[in-house]
Amino acid sequence: MRRFVIGQAKNLIDQTRRPRPHHNNIRLLSLLASDPIPVSSSRLFSDMPGSDSSSSLPVTIDSINPNVLKCEYAVRGEIVNIAQKLQDDLKINKDAYPFDEIIYCNIGNPQSLSQQPITFFREVLALCSHTALLDRDETHALFSADSIARAWKILDQIPGKATGAYSHSQGIKGLRDAIAAGIEARDGFPADPNDIFMTDGASPGVHMMMQLLISSEKDGILCPIPQYPLYSASIALHGGSLVPYYLDEASGWGLEISELKKQLEDAKSKGITVRALAVINPGNPTGQVLSEENQRDIVDFCKKEGLVLLADEVYQENVYVPDKKFHSFKKVARSMGYGEKDISLVSFQSISKGYYGECGKRGGYMEVTGFTSDVREQIYKVASVNLCSNISGQILASLVMSPPKPGDESYESYIAEKEGILSSMARRAKTLEEALNKLEGITCNRAEGAMYLFPCINLPQKAIAAAEAAKTAPDTFYCKRLLNATGIVLVPGSGFRQVPGTWHFRCTILPQEDKIPAIVNRLTEFHKSFMDEFRD
Amino acid sequence: MSLKALDYESLNENVKNCQYAVRGELYLRASELQKEGKKIIFTNVGNPHALGQKPLTFPRQVVALCQAPFLLDNPNVGMIFPADAIARAKHYLSLTSGGLGAYSDSRGLPGVRKEVAEFIQRRDGYPSDPELIFLTDGASKGVMQILNCIIRNQKDGILVPVPQYPLYSATISLLGGTLVPYYLEETDNWGLDVNNLRQSVAQARSQGITVRAMVIINPGNPTGQCLSEANLREILKFCCDERLVLLGDEVYQQNIYQDERPFISSKKVLMDMGAPLSKEVQLISFHTVSKGYWGECGQRGGYFEMTNIPPRTVEEIYKVASIALSPNVSAQIFMGLMVSPPKPGDISYDQFVRESKGILESLRRRARIMTDGFNSCKNVVCNFTEGAMYSFPQIKLPPKAIQAAKQAGKVPDVFYCLKLLEATGISTVPGSGFGQKEGVFHLRTTILPAEEEMPEIMESFKKFNDEFMSQYGDNFGYSRM
Repeated sequence: MRRFVIGQAKNLIDQTRRPRPHHNNIRLLSLLASDPIPVSSSRLFSDMPGSDSSSSLPVTIDSINPNVLKCEYAVRGEIVNIAQKLQDDLKINKDAYPFDEIIYCNIGNPQSLSQQPITFFREVLALCSHTALLDRDETHALFSADSIARAWKILDQIPGKATGAYSHSQGIKGLRDAIAAGIEARDGFPADPNDIFMTDGASPGVHMMMQLLISSEKDGILCPIPQYPLYSASIALHGGSLVPYYLDEASGWGLEISELKKQLEDAKSKGITVRALAVINPGNPTGQVLSEENQRDIVDFCKKEGLVLLADEVYQENVYVPDKKFHSFKKVARSMGYGEKDISLVSFQSISKGYYGECGKRGGYMEVTGFTSDVREQIYKVASVNLCSNISGQILASLVMSPPKPGDESYESYIAEKEGILSSMARRAKTLEEALNKLEGITCNRAEGAMYLFPCINLPQKAIAAAEAAKTAPDTFYCKRLLNATGIVLVPGSGFRQVPGTWHFRCTILPQEDKIPAIVNRLTEFHKSFMDEFRD
Repeated sequence: MSLKALDYESLNENVKNCQYAVRGELYLRASELQKEGKKIIFTNVGNPHALGQKPLTFPRQVVALCQAPFLLDNPNVGMIFPADAIARAKHYLSLTSGGLGAYSDSRGLPGVRKEVAEFIQRRDGYPSDPELIFLTDGASKGVMQILNCIIRNQKDGILVPVPQYPLYSATISLLGGTLVPYYLEETDNWGLDVNNLRQSVAQARSQGITVRAMVIINPGNPTGQCLSEANLREILKFCCDERLVLLGDEVYQQNIYQDERPFISSKKVLMDMGAPLSKEVQLISFHTVSKGYWGECGQRGGYFEMTNIPPRTVEEIYKVASIALSPNVSAQIFMGLMVSPPKPGDISYDQFVRESKGILESLRRRARIMTDGFNSCKNVVCNFTEGAMYSFPQIKLPPKAIQAAKQAGKVPDVFYCLKLLEATGISTVPGSGFGQKEGVFHLRTTILPAEEEMPEIMESFKKFNDEFMSQYGDNFGYSRM
């Protein structure tokens, strides 16, 4: 005869050493209460009040986690689904459409639009994928000498050279050392490899921080409006509250401290505890690069208000204007004399953007500074449940942060590839910005950085009425019409949020340069006919 | 000054409550000792390549070519890559929308999902829909996504086997749900008794818990048992009667070390049972490239297949997947290769079969060596590892040892495992990390150390155990079964 004792419950969920607050009793069913129940009476319980077998529903739309229902992610939402159906149909009904291909301008996915990966990086990855290559003489004829040397160096940092093994949950130590060195070279301030947590892209790192910071809807996170909808979705999934702060379109999407203060006070008055400030720099979708002065004000604000600064810096290598430069928030904070005790800062970086554009590899890291070791332990613990991020992505992250240097065999070709991509992006950003500004009722701030243009479209009243009749947001209405007329896929501004009553759409600058004139023509033509139809 | 946002006190309680022993206290201590220069044998996690198992050659050749597609343009590529690897690399690259560096569909590349569906169909004899297969960054991510959909609040309970792989307890904890344990029967080879299930559910309900889902791990982790067809039928009927979603963790389906109970998928049994069950029971099945004879843990590749999940729910799961953009593409290719390996007649076929069989046969032998080695110790009882990658011996600890553990502020099996680690360098996971009955202690080790090192490892264990028992034992009064 078995005995069910509460002690068994304790074996499954360890006690924390601190006393748990009342609302968080051990979330494991205590099987102590009564004697074991005879089998035959199990059915009785379905009739008893207070038992729930009748509501033990299968997983339907009515019974799934409401946070899942609440969250939205427009980058891959409704318009993209329509586009995919059109694309499938195009294959069989070519003549039914006024365009012959779908052009996806909705997502920052450079290599899907023919951007080439950096050769040196892929050489190293290939050698690490199939290490037997390093034992063959023929390899020297196929790979550059420095890629072979780098592969050896990396493999020596991996126990047993086993790239198929789970690594340390923060990522391979030697790779974190390389990243820390890269951060130090970039900023001029030291970085500790133990502060680095490598993740499958930057997004899982953002999720981890939201999980840590949000316990209930009373926990708020300050987010820029417009924002990259990972933030709103993640906050919704974790049951928290998004506290918006509006970027100022008229001043090139500037971030005003007065606006931050206002929103913080507003949230407090509603009983929300604001825990963190998310800043995306360079901005997505807005593309602005913050000035150093602005960044100092932001750091001071977070320090004063006791907020964690979540610095999304995934576009740090994408700056297109000579009058702006990327400065990491860590560098800014340290150069103000603020150290570990002064400000809690989490900096996110990814291999998906920049000039490397390795979205599909899923690599990135967060550098977490300014918090106590017991909190670090918790972050480590959450990271460990998923064991580790993918090794190939880890290797790539270390390469991005420590690329070829002058004198290396691959340096010339690496620099040529890098500058080729970045200068082309700058040109495309300018061309599209100018084209959009020529359109009636459209104003477009320049893309100082990142990969997007986010024009404001002044929709005529008739169009807004038509959208309402179609039960669609006006900017979605415009984007759907545009898709059906031109095959171009954009994301409506509502997906990023915007000042109420204003409308925008986000367009990437990523289609290859030779496609840009056709895109401009089609957009221009469509817009003219749209305005002809709906002009007041 | 009030609490800062990332002060320990202000952290989400769910995070603080969750535990994941596989990389917990023992592992951290082992890592410390390793840094001090001690030789550590890491048997705490199913991580074959870390213990010397070599990756299969063919998939690594294919993925290397996909990493560096410019190689395919080189006229000399045929000198170091076999023709079928070259062809396969071209095939998978053609399925992508820009090589390994482009985000794929958030559910995974349609071409790979089709190959997974074909594999499932061949395995089970029933059709499988690629639209209901989602690729994920490891099976763990899939489990987390699904549990996130199911758990609404702390009144939602998930039936989990005890002992269990602590991904489940950790995730339920993180999501704020309730774990409802059902006990596997150690004396019956870790068998599953449906009566245990009924009791667990009834008691849960009597305490106001809505039981939503049931997890089975087949083959089991840490216990290794393979469920019989009869057992699976009982479980499916039970889930139907009680309106539970069945979550079938089948990541060890390639790791079978006996012939009495081959692997049968939950989906096959469900379909075999016919209507109405085959159309009613909601089932989610998980698989991975991390285990089996592939052992490609570091790639982070997995999938889940949904059966009888309503379309609108599938849409919501898709929506959440899309926030993470896409699973990593290299691992998707590994998955494609795993489900459609080289065929007879392919250039690489013989080598592939030789490597695979070599690994599986060695695992079978190692399962035996370990089980027998543990059973040769007087105070140790070990069920045979029928499947998966672990050995989960019961260590009968004498009262003096339990007392010493208490004084050291440690749970008894943690105390034992720490001493084992310090004496021998063998890093295990204490049974308390997986759940066990009160007063019964286990440890989990893997069967993955190299075959030639096994005898020495088992001797080392035996020597330590004998010394431990002479220090703390008094020849009677052991911890009970």
